[in-house]
Amino acid sequence: MLAHLPVLQVIVPLLAAPSCIILRRPGWVWLFTLLVSGSAFLISIALLQQVMASGVIVYELGGWEAPWGIEYRIDTLNALLSLIITGISTVVLLAARTSIKEEIPEDRHTLFYVLYLLSLAGMLGIVTTGDAFNVFVFLEISSLSAYALIALGRDRRALWASYQYLIMGSIGATFILIGIGLMYQMTGTLNMEDLSQRLPEVAQTRTVFTAFGFLIVGICLKLALFPLHLWLPNAYAYAPSIVTAFLAASSTKVALYLLIRFTYSVFGVSFSFTTLPLQTLFVVLGLLGVFVASTTAIYQKNVKHLFAYSSVAQIGYMIVGYSISTTAGLMATLLHMFNHALIKGALFLALGAVFYRVGSVHLRDFHGLGRQMPFTMAAIVVGSLSLIGVPLTVGFVSKWYLVLAAVENGWWPVAVLILLGSLLAIVYTWRIVEAAYFKAPQAGIEQVKEAPLSYLVPVWMLVSANIYFGIDTRLGVHVATAAAQSLFGVGP
Amino acid sequence: MKDLFAVVMLSGIYGLLSASFFVTLDAVDVAFTEASVGAGIATLLMVVTVTMTGRYEHTAHHKPIWALAVVLVTGALLIYGTLDMPYFGSADAPGHLHVAPRYINDSMQEIGVPNIVTAVLASYRGYDTLGEVVVIFTAGVGVLALLSVARCPEESAEIDAVNVSMHEKHLILCIVSKMLIPFILIFALYVQFHGDYGPGGGFQAGVIFAAAIILYSMLFGMSTARRVINQPLVQLLSAIGVLIYGSVGLVSMLNGGNFLDYNLLSEDPVAGQHLGILLVELGIGCTVASVMVIIYFNFGGRTDDYMRNGTKDA
Amino acid sequence: MFLGLYNYWIMVVLMMIGFYIVIAHGNLVKKIVGLTIFQTSVFIFYISISNIDGGTAPILAEGISRYSNPLPHVLILTAIVVGIATTALGLALAMRIKEAYGSIEEEEIQQRDNREC
Repeated sequence: MLAHLPVLQVIVPLLAAPSCIILRRPGWVWLFTLLVSGSAFLISIALLQQVMASGVIVYELGGWEAPWGIEYRIDTLNALLSLIITGISTVVLLAARTSIKEEIPEDRHTLFYVLYLLSLAGMLGIVTTGDAFNVFVFLEISSLSAYALIALGRDRRALWASYQYLIMGSIGATFILIGIGLMYQMTGTLNMEDLSQRLPEVAQTRTVFTAFGFLIVGICLKLALFPLHLWLPNAYAYAPSIVTAFLAASSTKVALYLLIRFTYSVFGVSFSFTTLPLQTLFVVLGLLGVFVASTTAIYQKNVKHLFAYSSVAQIGYMIVGYSISTTAGLMATLLHMFNHALIKGALFLALGAVFYRVGSVHLRDFHGLGRQMPFTMAAIVVGSLSLIGVPLTVGFVSKWYLVLAAVENGWWPVAVLILLGSLLAIVYTWRIVEAAYFKAPQAGIEQVKEAPLSYLVPVWMLVSANIYFGIDTRLGVHVATAAAQSLFGVGP
Repeated sequence: MKDLFAVVMLSGIYGLLSASFFVTLDAVDVAFTEASVGAGIATLLMVVTVTMTGRYEHTAHHKPIWALAVVLVTGALLIYGTLDMPYFGSADAPGHLHVAPRYINDSMQEIGVPNIVTAVLASYRGYDTLGEVVVIFTAGVGVLALLSVARCPEESAEIDAVNVSMHEKHLILCIVSKMLIPFILIFALYVQFHGDYGPGGGFQAGVIFAAAIILYSMLFGMSTARRVINQPLVQLLSAIGVLIYGSVGLVSMLNGGNFLDYNLLSEDPVAGQHLGILLVELGIGCTVASVMVIIYFNFGGRTDDYMRNGTKDA
Repeated sequence: MFLGLYNYWIMVVLMMIGFYIVIAHGNLVKKIVGLTIFQTSVFIFYISISNIDGGTAPILAEGISRYSNPLPHVLILTAIVVGIATTALGLALAMRIKEAYGSIEEEEIQQRDNREC
């Protein structure tokens, strides 16, 4: 069994999805989905331990050795990402049953869980595989299920947001397909490890440049890197709360993983950053993303929209870390991936609780909520502190390492700009705190109760994780450093 | 061009032309799939959509300068990229030298199936194909989640009226199709099982099977078709197809090998490969046929509903 | 060089036509048609990579020694299926949008949304 862990990581949710159709009642289906997600989480922990102990795990699917067959190649980076995705998925599912009762019509509940499992399986498939075309197939599984999940939102704007995401996402996927095809043409293989060995010979041809360009643009469309982020705010704002919590914490991280994997492992650090001015380009785009998105967030009246723009800004931070192509910079980015998943998962889940009780997430409906829903608002406050980067929270740790990496590299202006971005975060989160605690409730609106336990438990699990990992940083830092080092060719 | 019906038909013709182009380029399996899926199903779904959404496009008011600029830059980049490519048809391009020779030379001994594309699709890269089946399944579930309408039983009188009028107006079509449909179904089965030896396989067979059912429902009315083909059963079938595929892989694992290693399905590895490919293609055909039927029925059902009830909210 | 590469250039032109339709037109159904054309052109591109002069279809038979490369065929089969899945979902969304907004023109939909905010 242990030897089969890599494939089980993906197969368990993948085959559980159609099985949900066989189980009829939504109550059972929820329990089943929760169990499946939980087992996927346990598998990812086991995988991480195995990789840290004994090095890269290789698994040949179908018994055919690569590059004639498809292989799974698990190193520290893959294991870290599986951990993030399955962890968030399991915690978010705890609140799912209550949440979708309000937001999705009864007869769609089973289908919701099927799509959720498919999305989970798709993302896990992307992060575990070592074959470029397999990435494309699983990318489409996760994207298609995401489009359908977003469209299940109550507001009719969810449909429009999903359609826009579909168009932009499909263009991105087609670009990635073009890139893979061009790479195949020049090297004759689809396996990532094999590609990394064969590409240096043909690296200076125009075809490989074009392949690289198309791949990067395609991935950036999925990543929501400024200015290709247009689909994200609407998609996150109008989707059902559980969907937003899950996707915000995982889907863009997976795209960032693809970017890192292709530039570091397949094309090689020297090619990726020296032949094209990628470093400068990404730093500029990342910082622009931080400032433009944070500023737009300040003017938003819908709190979900506000946090969605904030996500675009956080992705900008991750790209800045990535563009400082040193071990320290990459480590900061990976750490921020982990931390951001915790932060946004907690925030969007708490927002889901507010939506459940109040029926809307408009800023004016937050007046006086501090007294009516104390635990939920406290969770939002802690999450916001983490977003800004206050010490003792997880957000502080990743910002600290990011600034450190920039300073080590001699990029003083960048470090200053990162800190300025945090100031903007204070502004937009203050608006929520002010509305909830310092404004009286609107006249004529009835009082609401605190959110039900099924929401409070997962929200506070994530919030406590925020604080715990902010104080005891060993796990996050250790794994992120190991992963960064392995990408630079040192260690597993 | 403002007439969307014409646009859709032209795109169908484009699909058919590309299918024939594939044939001239020796890609017969691909041509088969493109003709049935790209030119057939896609055009059909687009026509149903246009029926509901309106035949004519409204005039746009903005000038697409930016779009033109982006397209020109992308196109220029692509052409720039082609300048270093190996020439069209050259046999010593790197793409042909590394991985492909083993498929061509060794697949007969290792798998024993003459159609190399089926061998690669179902065995060497079988996991990709599992992903592909799941993609189709996802689309089916997505369409179900978006478009399914609850059915009310009081419509049977209406149904019978429609059937009678259809019969009268299109007598020749009804009679001829009743004769053809069994042959179409048998052809689908033939394509399914002959996929090892000639172009064909699970996908194409599934689509042809679904086409027969869609033809029936187009001529005899959605409601009659719904009575013949039980909806929950079809949904169950789509799930079972994926599970058949997955179980083949799980059985391999239980027998001691890796996931989807067919060598372990029987005493003789080559027989194991044959068995594995047969089962896997069956799963594919099952899911593809059911999902195509689900998609068509939901598209048609929603259009029917919209035509009868009008816009839900404005 | 021109003779060896003109196939690719034609395909690039086809791809760009499809791409242009997707981003320039406002009608939702037309966008999907454009996406389909874009994707089909990419498939033609891939298949043309796999062609070998003097080769035949990759089905083993007596007396034939040169076969076209089967690997891109497999990839494109998968990609065609992915394409139809996307088209089906996109069209389903277009139908729902028509029901909810009463129109499938991008401009009109955005006008109605802006009026609500």
